[in-house]
Amino acid sequence: MQELLSLATKSIFVENMALAYFLGMCSFLAVSKKVETAFGLGMAVTFVLAVTVPLNNLLYNYVLREGALSWISDDMASTDLSFLSFLALIGTIAASVQVVEMALDKYAPALYSALGVFLPLIAVNCAILGASLFMVERDYGLAESAVFGVGSGIGWMLAIVALAALREKMRYSNVPPALRGLGITFILTGLMAIGFMAFAGIQL
Amino acid sequence: MKFLRDQLDRVAPLFEKGGKLEKLYPIYEAQDTILFTPGEVTKGKTHVRDALDLKRMMIMVVVALVPAILMALYNTGLQANTLIHGGNAQPLDAWQTSLFHAIAGSYEPTLINNVLHGAMWFIPLFAITGIVGGLVEVVSAIKRGHEVNEGFLVTMFLFPLSLPPTLPLWQAGLGIAFGVIFAKEVFGGTGMNVLNVALTGRAFLFFAYPGQISGDQPWIAATVTDGASGATWLAQFAADGTLAKSLESAGTLGQTWLNGFWGFVPGSMGETSAFACLLGAAILIASQIGSWRTMIGVAVGTAATGFLLNAVAGEASAAIYHMPWYFHFVLGGWAFGTVFMATDPVTSAFTEKGKLVYGFMIGVMVVLVRVVNPAYPEGMMLAILFMNMFAPLIDHVFVQANIKRRVARGS
Repeated sequence: MQELLSLATKSIFVENMALAYFLGMCSFLAVSKKVETAFGLGMAVTFVLAVTVPLNNLLYNYVLREGALSWISDDMASTDLSFLSFLALIGTIAASVQVVEMALDKYAPALYSALGVFLPLIAVNCAILGASLFMVERDYGLAESAVFGVGSGIGWMLAIVALAALREKMRYSNVPPALRGLGITFILTGLMAIGFMAFAGIQL
Repeated sequence: MKFLRDQLDRVAPLFEKGGKLEKLYPIYEAQDTILFTPGEVTKGKTHVRDALDLKRMMIMVVVALVPAILMALYNTGLQANTLIHGGNAQPLDAWQTSLFHAIAGSYEPTLINNVLHGAMWFIPLFAITGIVGGLVEVVSAIKRGHEVNEGFLVTMFLFPLSLPPTLPLWQAGLGIAFGVIFAKEVFGGTGMNVLNVALTGRAFLFFAYPGQISGDQPWIAATVTDGASGATWLAQFAADGTLAKSLESAGTLGQTWLNGFWGFVPGSMGETSAFACLLGAAILIASQIGSWRTMIGVAVGTAATGFLLNAVAGEASAAIYHMPWYFHFVLGGWAFGTVFMATDPVTSAFTEKGKLVYGFMIGVMVVLVRVVNPAYPEGMMLAILFMNMFAPLIDHVFVQANIKRRVARGS
């Protein structure tokens, strides 16, 4: 239990997807103009992460990795399908994004239209594939994968919501014309990463 | 006075629209408004006038900083002189030390010698901050067409006060340049930044050149030899879990706390004296420039988290868990950061309730970084920067809640 708690803290703060690994930058920069929209996207990303990381964990451990298929027959004990990893993992992700998209379209049409193209683009959000690949690389179990997925999602959401609030405040700032929009957001992201360095080095 | 005014008026046409030096108007304007109250008044129908304008506000902060500056001068010299005089340290091979020795003749820790030795270290850092930062400020004022205003004045004092005395001058220049450009000017200048300028500059140095701004070496302007330590008390507590116990059995625990409170400990120049910061806090609160809500919030957050971590500390916990919670208030940059950095009206939360939450979270964060994170002994700078990022979000939550409540009341 304590290990899972430390893993959650670690994935939210210490190894924040957005501000420590700089994953998921495209939507992080593009959908952070309003707090409400950012929160909606953050929730969607968290949901997708929470579903896909454990699903991919099962997929990897029972289908893809070397010897994973031994539960079918002993002949397949040496089969190694891990060269299909990227394809299979992204397949799970694309499928769950479809589910989220249909659900949002039906139940939250305002958010659906506010997120626009960035909702289907969650499927190619590197934070999400990144989380699944970290899961493979670090050999997480099923419970760990679930916690890691939710934690990474919450961490990413925290970062994008904070950025959105900062950008709302910055509407009154007199940013040099050449830096307006993405330029200043990149600088701001860098400065935020310095702030998140407060957690760097915490051993859990 | 008349002479000055006449001189300024004489050159004014050069700088005004159509004049030869039109581009350099901000420089003229800055000279003019430093020396005289501007004669212009606002035009148009709405006219809100308050005696507390930007200029007075910033000057009040500088006034509040005076005790901390005096302590910085005295304590920097005191730390170096006492150790050198007592044979526990060698004088540094630096022009500052040589110049001091040439003037004073000895390292005896008298009041005058201490202040003189401290000034040898503080003044150059202060000067380089002023020159480099001021240059950046003026250039961007000319480029962007805004005024050079008093915002930088406070940064110019805060930044060197937050540095260790032995920081190389070029690093100080680099740090303040980074701070002013990337934390302030790219956002449009004073009042439009989202992160504290002085702290951003310091954080840049902290991560870029950790050797000169962290560890056991830089806090005393002398080479400490065996038998003494140049480490800050936070670092000492982090290194030795039984330190509090052994101090207590030696009967010096209270004395150590008081030393931290008065400021006779090694550390960054302006931060060591909690007492000087307390005087500053009184001035800031009395003049309603610094928010008491933020300060109370930080204090409560620190006390609560420190107390909690003391309570859960066991045999296996890291040494710093055993530092009594009330030491957090007097060691490191806690007091300085709470009074002068956390209350920065631009980068802190705006809403009254938000300030309490914002302060509280800084208090929680600073103890967490100090105690839970083994990488850094001190956490005030990072705690404030971290919460600067979340201040607008805190405001957003409170503003939306308020709107919701009032809509509900109206319907």
